[in-house]
Amino acid sequence: MADVPDTELATLPLDAWHRARNGRMVPFAGYHMPVQYEGIIAEHRWTRSHAGLFDVSHMGQLIVPLDATATLETLLPGDLQAMSEARPKYSLLLNPTGGIVDDLMITKRPDGWYLVVNGATKHGDMDVLRAAGLAFTYLADQALLALQGPDAVAVIAAHAPGVSELGFMQAGAFDLGGVQAWISRSGYTGEDGVEISIPASAADAIADLLLADERVRPIGLGARDSLRLEAGLPLYGHDLDETTTPVAADLLFAINKRRRAEGGFAGSDRILAELEQGAITRRVGFTVEGRQPVREGARILDVEGNEVGRVTSGGFSPSLEAPIGMGYVATHLAEPGTALTLEQRGKLFSAAVARLPFVPHNYHRKGKTA
Amino acid sequence: MSLHFTKEHEWIRVEGDTATVGITDHAQSQLGDIVFAEAPEAGKQLTKGGDAAVVESVKAASDVYAPASGEVVEANPAIADDPSVINTDPEGEGWFFKLRLSNPSELDGLMDEAAYRAWVETL
Repeated sequence: MADVPDTELATLPLDAWHRARNGRMVPFAGYHMPVQYEGIIAEHRWTRSHAGLFDVSHMGQLIVPLDATATLETLLPGDLQAMSEARPKYSLLLNPTGGIVDDLMITKRPDGWYLVVNGATKHGDMDVLRAAGLAFTYLADQALLALQGPDAVAVIAAHAPGVSELGFMQAGAFDLGGVQAWISRSGYTGEDGVEISIPASAADAIADLLLADERVRPIGLGARDSLRLEAGLPLYGHDLDETTTPVAADLLFAINKRRRAEGGFAGSDRILAELEQGAITRRVGFTVEGRQPVREGARILDVEGNEVGRVTSGGFSPSLEAPIGMGYVATHLAEPGTALTLEQRGKLFSAAVARLPFVPHNYHRKGKTA
Repeated sequence: MSLHFTKEHEWIRVEGDTATVGITDHAQSQLGDIVFAEAPEAGKQLTKGGDAAVVESVKAASDVYAPASGEVVEANPAIADDPSVINTDPEGEGWFFKLRLSNPSELDGLMDEAAYRAWVETL
Protein backbone atom coordinates (compact mmCIF):
# COMPACT_ATOMS: atom_id res chain seq x y z
CA MET A 1 0.00 0.00 0.00
CA ALA A 2 2.98 2.29 0.51
CA ASP A 3 2.98 3.46 -3.11
CA VAL A 4 -0.66 4.57 -3.15
CA PRO A 5 -0.66 8.37 -3.52
CA ASP A 6 -1.95 10.13 -0.42
CA THR A 7 -4.73 11.72 -2.43
CA GLU A 8 -6.22 8.30 -3.21
CA LEU A 9 -6.42 7.29 0.43
CA ALA A 10 -9.71 7.52 2.27
CA THR A 11 -10.05 9.08 5.68
CA LEU A 12 -11.63 7.40 8.69
CA PRO A 13 -14.27 9.10 10.83
CA LEU A 14 -11.66 9.68 13.55
CA ASP A 15 -8.97 11.08 11.21
CA ALA A 16 -8.90 14.55 12.78
CA TRP A 17 -9.17 13.01 16.25
CA HIS A 18 -6.00 10.96 15.65
CA ARG A 19 -4.08 13.94 14.25
CA ALA A 20 -5.13 16.12 17.19
CA ARG A 21 -3.56 13.52 19.49
CA ASN A 22 -0.29 13.42 17.50
CA GLY A 23 -1.05 10.11 15.84
CA ARG A 24 1.52 9.44 13.12
CA MET A 25 -0.60 8.65 10.08
CA VAL A 26 0.46 6.04 7.51
CA PRO A 27 -1.28 4.43 4.52
CA PHE A 28 -2.91 1.13 5.50
CA ALA A 29 -5.70 -0.82 3.77
CA GLY A 30 -6.46 2.20 1.60
CA TYR A 31 -6.88 4.61 4.52
CA HIS A 32 -4.81 7.09 6.48
CA MET A 33 -4.38 5.30 9.81
CA PRO A 34 -2.41 6.00 12.99
CA VAL A 35 0.63 3.74 13.36
CA GLN A 36 1.64 5.17 16.73
CA TYR A 37 1.15 8.03 19.17
CA GLU A 38 3.77 8.06 21.95
CA GLY A 39 5.63 4.94 20.78
CA ILE A 40 4.88 1.33 19.98
CA ILE A 41 6.55 -0.25 23.02
CA ALA A 42 4.89 2.14 25.51
CA GLU A 43 1.49 1.68 23.81
CA HIS A 44 1.91 -2.10 23.76
CA ARG A 45 2.74 -2.21 27.47
CA TRP A 46 -0.09 0.18 28.33
CA THR A 47 -2.58 -2.13 26.61
CA ARG A 48 -1.25 -5.18 28.48
CA SER A 49 -1.47 -3.35 31.84
CA HIS A 50 -4.43 -0.91 31.48
CA ALA A 51 -6.65 -0.24 28.46
CA GLY A 52 -5.85 0.73 24.87
CA LEU A 53 -8.31 2.38 22.47
CA PHE A 54 -7.90 1.26 18.85
CA ASP A 55 -9.65 2.69 15.81
CA VAL A 56 -10.44 -0.27 13.55
CA SER A 57 -13.06 1.51 11.46
CA HIS A 58 -11.26 0.41 8.28
CA MET A 59 -12.68 -3.05 8.85
CA GLY A 60 -15.81 -3.96 6.92
CA GLN A 61 -19.10 -4.48 8.75
CA LEU A 62 -21.75 -6.37 6.80
CA ILE A 63 -25.24 -7.71 7.45
CA VAL A 64 -26.37 -10.83 5.59
CA PRO A 65 -30.04 -11.80 5.94
CA LEU A 66 -30.74 -14.65 8.34
CA ASP A 67 -32.64 -16.55 5.63
CA ALA A 68 -29.35 -16.85 3.69
CA THR A 69 -27.84 -19.24 6.23
CA ALA A 70 -27.62 -22.16 3.81
CA THR A 71 -25.82 -20.07 1.16
CA LEU A 72 -23.46 -18.60 3.74
CA GLU A 73 -22.61 -22.13 4.85
CA THR A 74 -21.34 -22.85 1.34
CA LEU A 75 -18.60 -20.25 1.91
CA LEU A 76 -17.82 -20.57 5.64
CA PRO A 77 -16.89 -23.82 7.43
CA GLY A 78 -18.70 -22.87 10.66
CA ASP A 79 -21.90 -24.55 11.89
CA LEU A 80 -24.12 -21.50 11.45
CA GLN A 81 -27.31 -23.52 12.00
CA ALA A 82 -26.20 -24.29 15.53
CA MET A 83 -25.16 -20.75 16.44
CA SER A 84 -26.90 -18.96 19.29
CA GLU A 85 -27.78 -15.30 18.99
CA ALA A 86 -25.18 -12.75 20.14
CA ARG A 87 -22.33 -15.26 20.39
CA PRO A 88 -19.59 -14.15 17.96
CA LYS A 89 -17.49 -16.84 16.30
CA TYR A 90 -14.25 -16.69 14.37
CA SER A 91 -14.69 -18.02 10.84
CA LEU A 92 -13.05 -18.13 7.42
CA LEU A 93 -14.23 -17.12 3.98
CA LEU A 94 -12.95 -19.85 1.64
CA ASN A 95 -12.31 -20.13 -2.09
CA PRO A 96 -13.17 -23.22 -4.18
CA THR A 97 -9.71 -24.72 -3.62
CA GLY A 98 -9.90 -24.34 0.15
CA GLY A 99 -7.71 -21.24 0.31
CA ILE A 100 -8.54 -18.51 2.80
CA VAL A 101 -10.11 -15.42 1.17
CA ASP A 102 -10.43 -13.70 4.55
CA ASP A 103 -10.77 -14.36 8.25
CA LEU A 104 -13.70 -12.75 10.00
CA MET A 105 -16.02 -12.61 13.00
CA ILE A 106 -19.63 -13.68 12.51
CA THR A 107 -22.49 -13.06 14.96
CA LYS A 108 -26.16 -13.95 14.73
CA ARG A 109 -28.18 -10.81 15.46
CA PRO A 110 -31.91 -10.10 15.26
CA ASP A 111 -31.26 -8.05 12.08
CA GLY A 112 -29.14 -10.70 10.34
CA TRP A 113 -25.71 -12.28 10.26
CA TYR A 114 -23.26 -9.57 11.34
CA LEU A 115 -19.84 -10.02 9.72
CA VAL A 116 -16.70 -8.06 10.58
CA VAL A 117 -14.08 -8.53 7.86
CA ASN A 118 -10.59 -7.17 7.23
CA GLY A 119 -10.23 -3.67 5.82
CA ALA A 120 -7.82 -4.54 3.02
CA THR A 121 -10.02 -7.40 1.78
CA LYS A 122 -13.55 -6.13 2.39
CA HIS A 123 -14.35 -5.20 -1.22
CA GLY A 124 -13.07 -8.56 -2.48
CA ASP A 125 -15.09 -10.31 0.21
CA MET A 126 -18.21 -8.53 -0.96
CA ASP A 127 -17.50 -9.70 -4.52
CA VAL A 128 -17.32 -13.29 -3.24
CA LEU A 129 -20.64 -12.90 -1.41
CA ARG A 130 -22.28 -11.38 -4.51
CA ALA A 131 -20.93 -14.16 -6.72
CA ALA A 132 -22.56 -16.68 -4.39
CA GLY A 133 -25.88 -14.89 -4.87
CA LEU A 134 -25.97 -13.36 -1.41
CA ALA A 135 -27.72 -10.06 -0.78
CA PHE A 136 -26.11 -8.09 2.04
CA THR A 137 -25.85 -4.62 3.50
CA TYR A 138 -22.46 -2.91 3.84
CA LEU A 139 -22.60 -0.82 7.00
CA ALA A 140 -20.31 1.89 5.56
CA ASP A 141 -21.52 4.44 8.11
CA GLN A 142 -20.61 2.39 11.17
CA ALA A 143 -17.32 3.06 12.97
CA LEU A 144 -15.58 0.30 14.93
CA LEU A 145 -13.50 0.86 18.06
CA ALA A 146 -11.67 -1.74 20.13
CA LEU A 147 -10.97 -1.17 23.81
CA GLN A 148 -8.47 -3.80 24.96
CA GLY A 149 -6.67 -4.58 28.18
CA PRO A 150 -7.36 -5.63 31.76
CA ASP A 151 -9.16 -2.34 32.60
CA ALA A 152 -11.17 -2.20 29.37
CA VAL A 153 -14.44 -3.72 30.60
CA ALA A 154 -14.48 -1.68 33.83
CA VAL A 155 -14.01 1.49 31.75
CA ILE A 156 -16.81 0.79 29.29
CA ALA A 157 -19.18 -0.64 31.90
CA ALA A 158 -19.15 2.77 33.62
CA HIS A 159 -20.90 4.15 30.50
CA ALA A 160 -22.77 1.04 29.32
CA PRO A 161 -24.08 -0.83 32.35
CA GLY A 162 -24.43 -4.51 31.60
CA VAL A 163 -21.30 -4.91 29.49
CA SER A 164 -19.48 -6.49 32.43
CA GLU A 165 -22.10 -9.30 32.37
CA LEU A 166 -20.83 -10.42 28.97
CA GLY A 167 -18.46 -13.39 28.93
CA PHE A 168 -15.65 -13.67 26.39
CA MET A 169 -17.20 -14.06 22.93
CA GLN A 170 -20.60 -12.73 23.92
CA ALA A 171 -22.20 -9.59 22.50
CA GLY A 172 -25.24 -7.36 22.69
CA ALA A 173 -26.88 -4.01 21.94
CA PHE A 174 -26.17 -1.36 24.57
CA ASP A 175 -26.71 2.30 25.22
CA LEU A 176 -23.20 3.76 25.39
CA GLY A 177 -23.27 7.39 26.52
CA GLY A 178 -26.56 7.95 24.71
CA VAL A 179 -25.42 6.21 21.53
CA GLN A 180 -26.84 2.92 20.26
CA ALA A 181 -23.84 0.54 20.24
CA TRP A 182 -23.27 -3.12 19.39
CA ILE A 183 -20.62 -4.36 21.81
CA SER A 184 -18.77 -7.70 21.65
CA ARG A 185 -16.49 -8.95 24.39
CA SER A 186 -13.76 -9.87 21.96
CA GLY A 187 -10.66 -8.48 20.30
CA TYR A 188 -7.39 -9.36 18.64
CA THR A 189 -4.74 -8.56 21.25
CA GLY A 190 -4.96 -11.56 23.59
CA GLU A 191 -6.40 -9.27 26.27
CA ASP A 192 -9.86 -8.99 27.75
CA GLY A 193 -11.81 -6.21 26.09
CA VAL A 194 -14.57 -5.16 23.76
CA GLU A 195 -15.19 -4.19 20.16
CA ILE A 196 -17.71 -1.39 19.75
CA SER A 197 -19.74 -0.73 16.61
CA ILE A 198 -21.26 2.77 16.60
CA PRO A 199 -22.55 5.22 13.98
CA ALA A 200 -19.60 7.07 12.41
CA SER A 201 -21.25 10.37 13.39
CA ALA A 202 -20.83 9.42 17.07
CA ALA A 203 -17.25 8.14 16.81
CA ASP A 204 -15.58 11.35 18.05
CA ALA A 205 -17.87 11.66 21.05
CA ILE A 206 -17.47 8.01 22.07
CA ALA A 207 -13.70 8.05 21.59
CA ASP A 208 -13.53 11.19 23.78
CA LEU A 209 -15.79 9.60 26.38
CA LEU A 210 -13.55 6.53 26.68
CA LEU A 211 -10.29 8.48 26.54
CA ALA A 212 -11.47 10.73 29.39
CA ASP A 213 -10.84 7.76 31.69
CA GLU A 214 -7.21 7.94 32.83
CA ARG A 215 -6.86 4.18 32.36
CA VAL A 216 -7.31 4.60 28.58
CA ARG A 217 -4.75 5.73 25.99
CA PRO A 218 -5.04 5.78 22.18
CA ILE A 219 -3.05 2.95 20.59
CA GLY A 220 -1.85 2.71 17.00
CA LEU A 221 -1.55 -0.05 14.44
CA GLY A 222 2.08 -0.74 15.36
CA ALA A 223 1.20 -1.97 18.84
CA ARG A 224 -1.88 -3.75 17.51
CA ASP A 225 0.48 -5.81 15.35
CA SER A 226 2.95 -6.62 18.15
CA LEU A 227 0.07 -7.49 20.53
CA ARG A 228 -1.61 -9.89 18.09
CA LEU A 229 1.75 -11.50 17.26
CA GLU A 230 2.49 -12.15 20.95
CA ALA A 231 -1.05 -13.57 21.21
CA GLY A 232 -0.25 -16.00 18.38
CA LEU A 233 -3.06 -14.63 16.19
CA PRO A 234 -2.60 -14.71 12.40
CA LEU A 235 -2.87 -11.52 10.34
CA TYR A 236 -4.63 -11.76 6.99
CA GLY A 237 -2.40 -10.89 4.03
CA HIS A 238 0.67 -11.96 5.99
CA ASP A 239 0.05 -15.23 7.87
CA LEU A 240 -3.03 -16.12 5.83
CA ASP A 241 -3.83 -15.77 2.14
CA GLU A 242 -5.65 -17.51 -0.70
CA THR A 243 -2.92 -20.15 -0.95
CA THR A 244 -3.19 -21.28 2.67
CA THR A 245 -5.83 -23.69 3.88
CA PRO A 246 -7.37 -23.75 7.37
CA VAL A 247 -5.45 -26.98 8.09
CA ALA A 248 -2.07 -25.51 7.12
CA ALA A 249 -2.95 -22.33 9.02
CA ASP A 250 -3.73 -24.38 12.17
CA LEU A 251 -7.24 -22.93 12.39
CA LEU A 252 -9.12 -26.22 12.72
CA PHE A 253 -11.33 -24.83 15.47
CA ALA A 254 -13.11 -22.79 12.77
CA ILE A 255 -14.39 -26.03 11.19
CA ASN A 256 -17.19 -27.44 13.31
CA LYS A 257 -17.98 -31.07 13.90
CA ARG A 258 -21.08 -31.20 11.69
CA ARG A 259 -19.29 -29.48 8.83
CA ARG A 260 -16.37 -31.93 9.11
CA ALA A 261 -18.81 -34.77 8.77
CA GLU A 262 -20.94 -33.27 6.00
CA GLY A 263 -18.56 -31.00 4.07
CA GLY A 264 -20.41 -28.87 1.53
CA PHE A 265 -18.35 -25.69 1.93
CA ALA A 266 -15.97 -24.14 -0.58
CA GLY A 267 -12.86 -26.28 -0.89
CA SER A 268 -14.22 -28.88 1.53
CA ASP A 269 -12.92 -31.83 -0.54
CA ARG A 270 -9.35 -30.64 -0.14
CA ILE A 271 -9.75 -29.40 3.43
CA LEU A 272 -11.39 -32.61 4.69
CA ALA A 273 -8.66 -34.68 2.99
CA GLU A 274 -6.01 -32.54 4.68
CA LEU A 275 -7.82 -32.99 7.99
CA GLU A 276 -7.33 -36.72 7.62
CA GLN A 277 -3.88 -36.85 6.06
CA GLY A 278 -2.41 -33.60 7.31
CA ALA A 279 -1.30 -30.61 5.27
CA ILE A 280 2.18 -30.37 3.78
CA THR A 281 2.97 -27.24 5.77
CA ARG A 282 1.82 -25.83 9.08
CA ARG A 283 1.78 -22.37 10.63
CA VAL A 284 4.03 -22.22 13.69
CA GLY A 285 5.43 -19.61 16.04
CA PHE A 286 9.13 -19.36 16.75
CA THR A 287 11.57 -17.59 19.02
CA VAL A 288 14.86 -16.24 17.70
CA GLU A 289 18.21 -16.17 19.50
CA GLY A 290 19.76 -12.77 20.05
CA ARG A 291 17.97 -9.43 19.74
CA GLN A 292 17.65 -8.81 16.01
CA PRO A 293 14.11 -9.18 14.66
CA VAL A 294 13.66 -11.49 11.67
CA ARG A 295 10.98 -10.11 9.38
CA GLU A 296 8.34 -11.33 6.97
CA GLY A 297 9.85 -12.95 3.88
CA ALA A 298 12.95 -14.41 5.56
CA ARG A 299 13.69 -18.01 4.56
CA ILE A 300 13.21 -20.82 7.09
CA LEU A 301 15.77 -23.64 6.82
CA ASP A 302 16.03 -27.00 8.54
CA VAL A 303 19.24 -28.02 10.30
CA GLU A 304 20.61 -29.38 7.02
CA GLY A 305 20.08 -26.04 5.31
CA ASN A 306 17.08 -27.04 3.16
CA GLU A 307 14.45 -24.36 2.71
CA VAL A 308 11.31 -25.53 4.54
CA GLY A 309 9.25 -22.34 4.62
CA ARG A 310 9.05 -18.58 4.96
CA VAL A 311 8.52 -16.14 7.79
CA THR A 312 5.06 -14.57 7.49
CA SER A 313 5.18 -12.26 10.54
CA GLY A 314 8.28 -11.26 12.44
CA GLY A 315 9.03 -8.63 15.00
CA PHE A 316 10.18 -7.78 18.46
CA SER A 317 8.07 -8.79 21.45
CA PRO A 318 7.90 -5.91 23.94
CA SER A 319 6.61 -8.29 26.64
CA LEU A 320 9.36 -10.90 26.18
CA GLU A 321 11.98 -8.36 25.04
CA ALA A 322 13.03 -10.80 22.35
CA PRO A 323 12.42 -11.37 18.66
CA ILE A 324 9.47 -13.64 17.79
CA GLY A 325 7.68 -14.58 14.64
CA MET A 326 5.37 -16.88 12.73
CA GLY A 327 5.78 -18.76 9.53
CA TYR A 328 5.03 -21.95 7.65
CA VAL A 329 7.26 -25.00 7.92
CA ALA A 330 7.07 -28.54 6.60
CA THR A 331 4.66 -30.32 8.96
CA HIS A 332 7.28 -32.70 10.36
CA LEU A 333 9.10 -29.64 11.76
CA ALA A 334 6.06 -28.14 13.49
CA GLU A 335 6.63 -29.66 16.95
CA PRO A 336 7.48 -27.10 19.66
CA GLY A 337 11.19 -27.14 20.40
CA THR A 338 12.24 -28.04 16.85
CA ALA A 339 15.42 -26.18 15.91
CA LEU A 340 15.22 -23.98 12.81
CA THR A 341 17.60 -21.67 11.00
CA LEU A 342 16.35 -18.40 9.55
CA GLU A 343 18.05 -16.50 6.75
CA GLN A 344 17.62 -12.77 6.39
CA ARG A 345 19.73 -10.64 4.03
CA GLY A 346 22.38 -13.35 3.95
CA LYS A 347 22.67 -13.63 7.73
CA LEU A 348 21.72 -16.81 9.62
CA PHE A 349 19.74 -16.87 12.87
CA SER A 350 19.08 -19.75 15.26
CA ALA A 351 15.40 -20.19 16.07
CA ALA A 352 13.12 -22.75 17.70
CA VAL A 353 9.45 -23.59 17.19
CA ALA A 354 7.48 -22.20 20.13
CA ARG A 355 4.08 -22.97 21.59
CA LEU A 356 1.47 -20.32 20.77
CA PRO A 357 0.53 -17.94 22.25
CA PHE A 358 3.88 -16.40 23.16
CA VAL A 359 2.16 -14.41 25.92
CA PRO A 360 -0.76 -16.10 27.72
CA HIS A 361 -4.25 -14.92 26.74
CA ASN A 362 -6.04 -12.90 29.37
CA TYR A 363 -9.60 -13.47 28.14
CA HIS A 364 -12.55 -13.33 30.53
CA ARG A 365 -13.64 -16.95 30.67
CA LYS A 366 -17.05 -17.85 32.08
CA GLY A 367 -16.96 -19.01 35.68
CA LYS A 368 -13.71 -17.17 36.25
CA THR A 369 -13.99 -14.15 38.51
CA ALA A 370 -12.83 -10.93 36.94
CA MET B 1 35.93 19.97 14.65
CA SER B 2 33.29 20.00 11.94
CA LEU B 3 29.85 18.43 11.74
CA HIS B 4 28.21 17.26 8.52
CA PHE B 5 24.93 15.56 7.55
CA THR B 6 23.74 13.30 4.73
CA LYS B 7 20.37 13.17 3.00
CA GLU B 8 20.10 9.62 4.37
CA HIS B 9 20.04 11.12 7.89
CA GLU B 10 23.52 10.22 9.11
CA TRP B 11 25.72 12.74 10.92
CA ILE B 12 29.53 12.73 10.91
CA ARG B 13 31.64 14.71 13.38
CA VAL B 14 35.25 15.14 12.25
CA GLU B 15 38.13 15.71 14.66
CA GLY B 16 41.51 15.60 12.95
CA ASP B 17 41.63 12.55 10.66
CA THR B 18 39.02 10.57 12.60
CA ALA B 19 35.26 10.97 12.54
CA THR B 20 32.30 9.76 14.61
CA VAL B 21 29.14 8.61 12.80
CA GLY B 22 25.55 8.24 13.97
CA ILE B 23 21.95 8.78 12.85
CA THR B 24 20.12 12.04 13.34
CA ASP B 25 17.37 12.88 15.80
CA HIS B 26 14.99 13.07 12.85
CA ALA B 27 15.98 9.54 11.79
CA GLN B 28 15.42 8.05 15.24
CA SER B 29 12.06 9.76 15.56
CA GLN B 30 10.96 8.34 12.19
CA LEU B 31 12.13 4.83 13.12
CA GLY B 32 10.45 4.79 16.53
CA ASP B 33 11.51 2.46 19.33
CA ILE B 34 14.89 1.01 18.38
CA VAL B 35 15.37 -2.59 19.52
CA PHE B 36 18.57 -3.63 17.73
CA ALA B 37 21.65 -1.97 16.30
CA GLU B 38 24.75 -3.47 14.76
CA ALA B 39 27.82 -1.35 14.08
CA PRO B 40 30.72 -2.49 11.85
CA GLU B 41 33.72 -4.08 13.54
CA ALA B 42 37.01 -2.27 13.92
CA GLY B 43 39.22 -2.81 10.89
CA LYS B 44 36.41 -2.91 8.36
CA GLN B 45 36.90 -0.72 5.28
CA LEU B 46 33.86 1.36 4.36
CA THR B 47 33.10 3.15 1.11
CA LYS B 48 31.14 6.40 1.03
CA GLY B 49 27.50 5.60 0.41
CA GLY B 50 27.94 1.88 1.13
CA ASP B 51 26.24 -0.18 3.86
CA ALA B 52 27.85 0.49 7.22
CA ALA B 53 25.46 -0.54 10.00
CA VAL B 54 21.97 -1.88 10.65
CA VAL B 55 19.35 -0.36 12.92
CA GLU B 56 16.00 -1.99 13.63
CA SER B 57 12.94 -0.53 15.30
CA VAL B 58 9.94 -2.54 16.46
CA LYS B 59 8.44 -2.09 13.00
CA ALA B 60 11.25 -1.94 10.47
CA ALA B 61 14.89 -2.50 9.60
CA SER B 62 16.97 0.31 8.18
CA ASP B 63 20.49 0.54 6.77
CA VAL B 64 22.99 3.11 7.92
CA TYR B 65 25.34 4.22 5.12
CA ALA B 66 28.91 5.41 5.42
CA PRO B 67 28.96 9.23 5.02
CA ALA B 68 32.60 8.98 3.91
CA SER B 69 35.17 6.31 3.07
CA GLY B 70 37.65 4.99 5.60
CA GLU B 71 38.56 2.30 8.11
CA VAL B 72 36.42 1.62 11.18
CA VAL B 73 38.54 2.18 14.29
CA GLU B 74 35.89 1.63 16.97
CA ALA B 75 32.28 0.45 17.27
CA ASN B 76 30.14 1.81 20.09
CA PRO B 77 29.43 -1.11 22.45
CA ALA B 78 26.68 0.88 24.21
CA ILE B 79 24.27 0.67 21.26
CA ALA B 80 24.47 -3.13 21.19
CA ASP B 81 23.86 -3.38 24.94
CA ASP B 82 21.02 -0.86 25.02
CA PRO B 83 19.82 0.21 21.56
CA SER B 84 17.30 2.63 23.11
CA VAL B 85 20.22 5.06 23.67
CA ILE B 86 19.89 5.81 19.95
CA ASN B 87 16.36 7.08 20.64
CA THR B 88 17.30 9.08 23.72
CA ASP B 89 20.64 10.56 22.58
CA PRO B 90 21.09 9.93 18.84
CA GLU B 91 23.59 12.71 18.24
CA GLY B 92 25.60 12.02 21.44
CA GLU B 93 25.88 8.75 23.39
CA GLY B 94 24.03 6.89 20.62
CA TRP B 95 26.86 7.18 18.07
CA PHE B 96 27.50 4.08 15.94
CA PHE B 97 31.20 3.95 14.98
CA LYS B 98 34.43 5.91 14.54
CA LEU B 99 36.16 6.09 11.20
CA ARG B 100 39.68 6.99 10.04
CA LEU B 101 38.94 9.00 6.91
CA SER B 102 40.72 7.96 3.73
CA ASN B 103 39.52 10.89 1.63
CA PRO B 104 38.40 13.88 3.74
CA SER B 105 37.46 15.83 0.62
CA GLU B 106 34.39 13.56 0.33
CA LEU B 107 32.88 15.64 3.14
CA ASP B 108 32.59 18.65 0.86
CA GLY B 109 29.34 17.43 -0.67
CA LEU B 110 27.55 17.00 2.68
CA MET B 111 25.23 19.46 4.41
CA ASP B 112 26.15 21.52 7.40
CA GLU B 113 23.87 21.49 10.44
CA ALA B 114 21.79 24.53 9.47
CA ALA B 115 21.24 23.23 5.93
CA TYR B 116 20.25 19.77 7.20
CA ARG B 117 17.79 21.04 9.81
CA ALA B 118 16.21 23.34 7.22
CA TRP B 119 15.95 20.49 4.71
CA VAL B 120 14.30 18.16 7.26
CA GLU B 121 11.65 20.83 7.84
CA THR B 122 10.64 20.47 4.19
CA LEU B 123 10.14 16.67 4.37
